[in-house]
Amino acid sequence: MNPKVKSKLEVAGIYTIFGLMAVIIIYPLVWAFGMSLNPGNSLYSASIIPENWSLEHYKWLFTDPNSDYLLWYKNSMIVSGCAALFSVIMTSFVAFSFSRYQFVGKKSGLYTFLILQMFPVMMAMVALYIFLHLIGLLDTLTGLILIYIGGQIPFNAWLVKGYLDTIPRELDEAARIDGAGHFTVFVRIILPLAKPILAVVALFNFMTPLFDFILPSIILNSPEKYTIALGLFNFINDQFSNNFTRFSAGAILIAVPVAIVYLFLQRFLISGLTAGGTKG
Amino acid sequence: MPSNEASIEMKEKKLNPTIAMVLSILLAGLGQIYNKRYIKGISFIVLEIAFIVATFDFLWLGLWGIITLGTIPGVDHSIFLLVYGIVALILLAFAVTFYVFNVLDARKQAIKLNNGWEPPTFSQAVKNGYDKAFPYIMTAPGLILLIFTVVFPLLFAIALAFTNYDLYNSPPRNLVEWVGLSNFLDLGTVDIWKNTFASVFTWTIVWTIVATSFQIVVGLILAVLVNDKRIKFKKTIRTILILPWAVPGFVSILIFAAMFNDEFGAINQDIIIPLIGGEGLPWLTDPFYTKIVLILIQTWLGYPFVFALFSGVLQSISSEWYEAAEVDGATRWQKFRHITLPHVLFATAPLLIIQYTTNFNNFNIIYLFNEGGPAVQGQNAGGTDILISWVYKLTFETNDYSMAAAISLIIGLIVSIFAIFQFRRTSSFKEEGNM
Repeated sequence: MNPKVKSKLEVAGIYTIFGLMAVIIIYPLVWAFGMSLNPGNSLYSASIIPENWSLEHYKWLFTDPNSDYLLWYKNSMIVSGCAALFSVIMTSFVAFSFSRYQFVGKKSGLYTFLILQMFPVMMAMVALYIFLHLIGLLDTLTGLILIYIGGQIPFNAWLVKGYLDTIPRELDEAARIDGAGHFTVFVRIILPLAKPILAVVALFNFMTPLFDFILPSIILNSPEKYTIALGLFNFINDQFSNNFTRFSAGAILIAVPVAIVYLFLQRFLISGLTAGGTKG
Repeated sequence: MPSNEASIEMKEKKLNPTIAMVLSILLAGLGQIYNKRYIKGISFIVLEIAFIVATFDFLWLGLWGIITLGTIPGVDHSIFLLVYGIVALILLAFAVTFYVFNVLDARKQAIKLNNGWEPPTFSQAVKNGYDKAFPYIMTAPGLILLIFTVVFPLLFAIALAFTNYDLYNSPPRNLVEWVGLSNFLDLGTVDIWKNTFASVFTWTIVWTIVATSFQIVVGLILAVLVNDKRIKFKKTIRTILILPWAVPGFVSILIFAAMFNDEFGAINQDIIIPLIGGEGLPWLTDPFYTKIVLILIQTWLGYPFVFALFSGVLQSISSEWYEAAEVDGATRWQKFRHITLPHVLFATAPLLIIQYTTNFNNFNIIYLFNEGGPAVQGQNAGGTDILISWVYKLTFETNDYSMAAAISLIIGLIVSIFAIFQFRRTSSFKEEGNM
């Protein structure tokens, strides 16, 4: 076969694959969007292009007195915001000392982190439940936030340490010669240079709690304390067919902003992961 | 005889490191006082006494509790006693570390003083101390939180695995007892446990390997295709391909769960029945079909991350490699096999291993899609339960805490094997290895 024709066929084949993938990717999302526009709660009569579409589910979420949607949104923002903020602070503290200082226990500390990051917090769910119960933090957002912050330390400490190792030590030494103390070096020299990786840590620790389902479902019982993932799940948990349309309306309101942020930041996320990640 | 006097004076000054050590073992700080470091010695003694006074009762209760798990049913709460015991052990570990430090410090300083070292003044000592303690001060908040939210729960789960804590045997009405390895023996001998464990374990392994490998292969193929020079609109194509990663996972899973619903889901209603006819496939009621769908969905959810990773690496491979290969007359497959693949895998190996461990414990998809179901006769886990979702059910549905803990422990052991792989691959670990 003529090589030019062969090449054209190949390109056509590749585009066909992309076209097929696009359908597989987009169909479920469009379907969910279509569902959210269907009036009524039943999936039976619902179709992807509703004949008499309406925004009643969206309206219900925001205005109905029975709807806790805005409350869940607020809870999720509190949990995610606190988790992201304190994760960045604690992780950068830990990573800074592991990257810049020699101290007794450093090596075993790194070993421990490497092992601990492998274990999912879930493995110890019984213990977490009983422990939080014991100290009275069960069914509180504080308890949930504390566990998120503690659980992320091993992985992110490695990630940030790997990044800090690439910042030249000459900079710290120069600052020290000029009389800077430990903390000044950290705040004035290291933190500004570590911004990219700290942004990655912040984003991860904002997103994880936002969409985590299991930990909130163990810790939180009362509906007014639910996070958004837990609340949405409970729309469809009991009577599956009955509330799916409402669920999809609620899900789209959270998925769209998040997806846009992700698409903008993905390049940044990947470079952060490979910079610190493959190294550490 | 002046020379003799001088030697006596010398002898008085000479400190015996062993005595310093022994004194420090008897009571922290005594050795330091023997070394004439009075402020340091006294502060050590104060610390030690304060620790003993403040925690003695608690430590005693904790240690008694963890050994006996209580003796009077209805009064002693075994689980609280176990928690106290573990906290007591953690406190003791800190105390022992401090003690060892104090003993070694006494010995080191005695030797240093003998060699004519001038002890620093108080303010200098404080400054040195601050320099030395700085990394510890910085790590302390994180470390304390880590101990209480990760280390302590893990220790507690390990301990539970060796007890008989379950619904029928729960405090405060009854006492929990240490039962040694009997939970693990049950998993291997009692029929219902044995069958369930075997089928859940097999499926977990199959699930991990197949789903993760699919993710990686699909991600790799798409990344290579997009990277082809002849393809246009790369940016748009990449954005679309990455979309499943951008949508929150739990939302996608629940959407799929509705789409695959046997009776009114879109897959049966709009695709299977019109095209093939019949009544549609039993996606959620037949374990075989549920497993297939789970693997497909996980591929859908997981390939974009791998795709994005690989795309980044592919763009960074120098084109000289390929030009050189073309000069040598390499086929396209050879170029892929010997240039692309090694580059890509080398750069991303640790992250790929993490993909496997993530799927091994991927509770979300299993539970949210079909709650591990459908139910299967002759076992107490659903047909698509993996180990971690089985643990969840044992804990929160049947309250079989000790068995759940025993299975968690097995999960932990398997995860450690992955961890060892990770150790070997992590380059910065090697750097730290020879410090």
